Amino acid sequence: MSRFRRRKLVNYVMLGLAGVCTAIVLVPLVSLLALVISRGLAGLNLEFFTQLPKPVGEPGGGMANAIVGTLTMVTMACILGLPVGILAGTYLSEFGRGPLAGTVRFMSDVLTGVPSIVVGIFVNVVVVIRTGHFSAYAGALALAIIMIPLVTRTTEEMLRMVPNSLREASLALGATRARTVGSIVYRSASAGLITGSLLAVARVAGETAPLLFTALNNRFWHHTLSEPIASLPVYIYRYAISPYKDWQQQAWTAALVLVLMVLTTSVAARIAVSLRK
Amino acid sequence: MALGMEIQNLRAWYGKVKALQDINLTVVPGAVTAIIGPSGCGKSTFIRCLNRLHEVVRGARASGQVWLGDLNIYGRGVDPVLVRRRIGMVFQKPNPFPAMSIFDNVAAGLHLDGVPRQEIYGRVEMALRLAGLWDEVRDRLQVSGANLSGGQQQRLCLARALALEPEVLLLDEPCSALDPASTMHIEAVLRDLKGRYTVVIVTHNMQQASRVADYTAFFLTGEVVEYGSTEDIFTRPRDERTENYITGRFG
Ligand SMILES: Nc1ncnc2c1ncn2[C@@H]1O[C@H](COP(=O)(O)OP(=O)(O)OP(=O)(O)O)[C@@H](O)[C@H]1O
Ligand SMILES: [Mg+2]
Repeated sequence: MSRFRRRKLVNYVMLGLAGVCTAIVLVPLVSLLALVISRGLAGLNLEFFTQLPKPVGEPGGGMANAIVGTLTMVTMACILGLPVGILAGTYLSEFGRGPLAGTVRFMSDVLTGVPSIVVGIFVNVVVVIRTGHFSAYAGALALAIIMIPLVTRTTEEMLRMVPNSLREASLALGATRARTVGSIVYRSASAGLITGSLLAVARVAGETAPLLFTALNNRFWHHTLSEPIASLPVYIYRYAISPYKDWQQQAWTAALVLVLMVLTTSVAARIAVSLRK
Repeated sequence: MALGMEIQNLRAWYGKVKALQDINLTVVPGAVTAIIGPSGCGKSTFIRCLNRLHEVVRGARASGQVWLGDLNIYGRGVDPVLVRRRIGMVFQKPNPFPAMSIFDNVAAGLHLDGVPRQEIYGRVEMALRLAGLWDEVRDRLQVSGANLSGGQQQRLCLARALALEPEVLLLDEPCSALDPASTMHIEAVLRDLKGRYTVVIVTHNMQQASRVADYTAFFLTGEVVEYGSTEDIFTRPRDERTENYITGRFG
């Protein structure tokens, strides 16, 4: 066989393999979505978004409190975690030199690897036991702690992808280092920063274990942020393992709503990015 | 407006490696000075010392005196940020800000400088005209700077630097990534700037140096071998090494 024909053959084989692998990746994704949609759709109605859960035996009811609870805690976690993560990532990429940067990078890698349930126990000991009660604060803190290392590392990676020539162009115009980062580096990396933040949001929105130790759950509306609060993942967990058929149905619907919430956020953010360009 | 520069005992290092030995050079106000020399001889390092951009490289430092008018830019307590606002720079590779429109690219420095809003449009137009780009982009000032051709991008970078009306303009091989037509375009702009701006240009192209420069300095291994009027350097070089280089018998 001529060398050229061999190279063409190898090329086709590799292309074929890549196609097969793509399909293999898509199969679980598509079948998961299909399952969640087909099972969850049955219970999806207005009531689900407006009503509180009903006690066992009573039909109907919704998970309005859990939807609001998840939104509340994820938003609080973003307010806490995104600035810290983005600034830490900025420090590592733009200013960090020497042993301090190395330590921060190492710690954030270690923190990424800590199982989320351990974060839950940690916040339980530090906040819940100290204050004497479960709370939305504690839940949000646990989620933020999970977010920070993720956001830190993606921010660092994204900022490093901005070519140095742009920083030098900005400095040569007489911009300060801070200004250069703020108006040139962030702008050039904005799409990546938003994607990174969204991945972190999506990741924590579905966390269950840490919330069991911190926010616990609540069958009713929460009135303040310093009391137990409901959340979709915890409700999914509770209802899915229950023996009642209608609760299991509601767990599926809750799963669907959670997926939709994450999807909506990321689509909205993407639209916002493309509109700004 | 045009100020000269006086370089005295300038040395520069990358970590422990010395890139500039001991440079003494006078940059004549309002004239174009070309820096020529083989690859790696320290031309970029030198020109980046003139606006204190050398020191932003990790581990790099410089010593000596560089006078801009009566300010020693390496003097105690001199803020490099303020130095860079008075000295414009164009780099080898065109580097417009990709996330900004053509207009915003040129206005970027003006915003930093706190130029009042109502003046910005006029200054942007003036800079784009000076860089010979206005007619090509006047209808699409809001598209991204990255959408232009390489030669146009380089003129955009030139406009971005000129918008601040710098006292000195530094160019590091501004045409090395451009085709002959774009190169001619930039050279025409440089001839246009003569008298009003002090220009220092690094170039690998000897014809370019002889076309645009009033003065030429020949660098070799971090030292100035010869400096004089462009005519003298190219027609009667005093140093054998200069002669070898410009006749192509070298490097
Ligand atoms: N970032 C850096 N780190 C370490 N050494 C460097 C760095 N940049 C340049 N040098 C060294 O400094 C010396 C001068 O480099 P410089 O870039 O000034 O050369 P040049 O004359 O501009 O070359 P060219 O014509 O190829 O652009 C070279 O020996 C080079 O290896
Ligand atoms: Mg160079």
